[in-house]
Amino acid sequence: MSEAKKQEPRKLPYVAAITEGVRQVLQEQDNAFVAGEDVGEAGSVFGYYQGLLKEFGPERIYDTPISEKGIIGLGVGASATGCRPILDLMFMDFLGECMDEVANQMAKMRFMFGGGATLPVTVLTMSGAGMNLAAQHSQSLEAWLAHLPGVKVVMPSNAYDAKGLIIAAARDDNPVFVVLNKLSLAMACEVPEEPYEVPIGKAEVIREGKDLSIIAVGRMVNEAMAAVKPLAELGVDAEVIDVRSIQPFDTETVVNSMKKTHRAVVVHEAVRFGGFGGEIVAQLQELAFDYLDAPIARVGAPFSPVPFSPALEKVYVPNAQSIVAEVKKTLGL
Amino acid sequence: MASKISNKILTDLHLRMVRIRRFEEEAGKLMEDGKIPGALHLYVGQEAVASGVMEHLSNQDQITSTHRGHGHLIAKGGEFDRMFAELFGRSTGYCKGKGGSMHISNIALGMLGANGIVGGGPPIAMGAAFSNKFRKTKDVAVAFFGDGASNEGSFHEAANMAALFKLPCVFVCENNGYGEYTSQANHQAIVDVADRAAGYGMPGVVVDGMDVIAVYEAAGAAIKRARSGQGPTLLECKTYRYYDHVGVRGMGLTYRTDEELEIWQKRDAIQAFEKQLVKMKVTTKKKIENVYARVNKDIEAGIKFAEDSPFPEPADLLDDVYNTGGAS
Repeated sequence: MSEAKKQEPRKLPYVAAITEGVRQVLQEQDNAFVAGEDVGEAGSVFGYYQGLLKEFGPERIYDTPISEKGIIGLGVGASATGCRPILDLMFMDFLGECMDEVANQMAKMRFMFGGGATLPVTVLTMSGAGMNLAAQHSQSLEAWLAHLPGVKVVMPSNAYDAKGLIIAAARDDNPVFVVLNKLSLAMACEVPEEPYEVPIGKAEVIREGKDLSIIAVGRMVNEAMAAVKPLAELGVDAEVIDVRSIQPFDTETVVNSMKKTHRAVVVHEAVRFGGFGGEIVAQLQELAFDYLDAPIARVGAPFSPVPFSPALEKVYVPNAQSIVAEVKKTLGL
Repeated sequence: MASKISNKILTDLHLRMVRIRRFEEEAGKLMEDGKIPGALHLYVGQEAVASGVMEHLSNQDQITSTHRGHGHLIAKGGEFDRMFAELFGRSTGYCKGKGGSMHISNIALGMLGANGIVGGGPPIAMGAAFSNKFRKTKDVAVAFFGDGASNEGSFHEAANMAALFKLPCVFVCENNGYGEYTSQANHQAIVDVADRAAGYGMPGVVVDGMDVIAVYEAAGAAIKRARSGQGPTLLECKTYRYYDHVGVRGMGLTYRTDEELEIWQKRDAIQAFEKQLVKMKVTTKKKIENVYARVNKDIEAGIKFAEDSPFPEPADLLDDVYNTGGAS
């Protein structure tokens, strides 16, 4: 968030930062519109489009039927023909309803057409557990998307990045998924009023440290930051990296961190097995093997669907405690 | 009916059909000879549909196509040289050899892609139609799809949204009686796909897809309706593919009879139309021969262009995965 420091100390919650990002995109791009389920009258089930229908009217904000294939298809056809759609996929779990339109159409059209098509389309979608919404409304499926050549995938962990990544996504001439997190909606931080971009494909070292790097994705960045203090009490000076963009992935920043700390724990909320963390670990062993003093550890959800019961969900979702535990193992503490 | 249509349009309809037929016949041979790699889904038999519809469209109007997409691109103005080059996997092809038969496309011609996914096209056409309305153009988007695709959920969602938003969209179902190797009777409980239009609140029209004039007139009404802001139409064209689902072989297939093929071939759209044109004195047998000679010359030149063209370089592979701001 270093880019924010020159601004006046206005604080906005994540939810309002999303609204402001989308509003400023609609103001600067005449050919942008929002389409999705309950985006207009309801202002989204998460509230982040509230006021936009009134401000921009029904010719810019479209309530669609509950038709995810239709919504993504609409965005593919409209972006290939001169529009810059902002699509809303209410829950990331609904990717299952539209994976053909995402994986076989949106991601591949430009390549299949030999560069003949340009698809400046942005998809906002909501991920994450922690609200007792059970197995079909709580997943973190970003690895599905990152595996598809042709789409970009960003995961803002805070309000500043949410606004800046939405604006960067909307200005990008490629399909970009902005994977939001529902537990982060109320989290506030300084957010400048004017439009700005957070660069897609750049990770950020949000806390410098010398003993070990915690490389975190999405909301887990905040859990990693919460682990810093208990780790300090154990005498561990942890570096924390916010991956921010998983496709493209900023290899350079994490490799440089390894040169300094020589140890890493990779953290995401998604199921650990086959998660994006495996890619990070693989890249580090390929590119930073000589700098490593310990095996790179991974923190992620167990190999289970997200459970409903608060008693189970609490143990399912990784948190600061599980990060501390993994760091201790890595350091032999 | 045909008497109201100008001779120019009548001869143009004929030319489009002949261009498709001859291209597909040659493409089939080249595939069998091993010169074209991969799979071809050929359009022979269905020429009247693409030709009759496309006669009404400009380059600004968009279409989405199917896995059986060569005919749609030819009717939309595709040139043989770049089409053959694409099928040959050469860098001079419409997609620089990266798409091939199943993804052949050209945005400048308003052709938003053949599609390897059955039912892949309708949501994209609906999106293009949405864009036309949003950008306040008068352009129309046409989705071509088959009876098989009419069972995909993607068609349902696209049709519902096109009707709901009153989009300038036309859904053209080319009912050739088979979803791949499964007959219509074995894949849906209805006879007319157009019946489904009522469920979306749009008109459904059934037309003889072997009669290019009937297609031309019905498509004209649907496209006019779409262009004037009255919303989409589902136009079902009853037609038949002479070849197998993939490749050339037409006879001796296990899932359909030779007699059935012969019945349809007796009603061949091109032959019937040629007889009609001669009878109406729009053209002569000699002039028709000249049309074939010209088309054949184009095909020869197109194949030569493809064969003389270079393959893409390995270094070209990662171009076009993303738009990096450079020229494509």
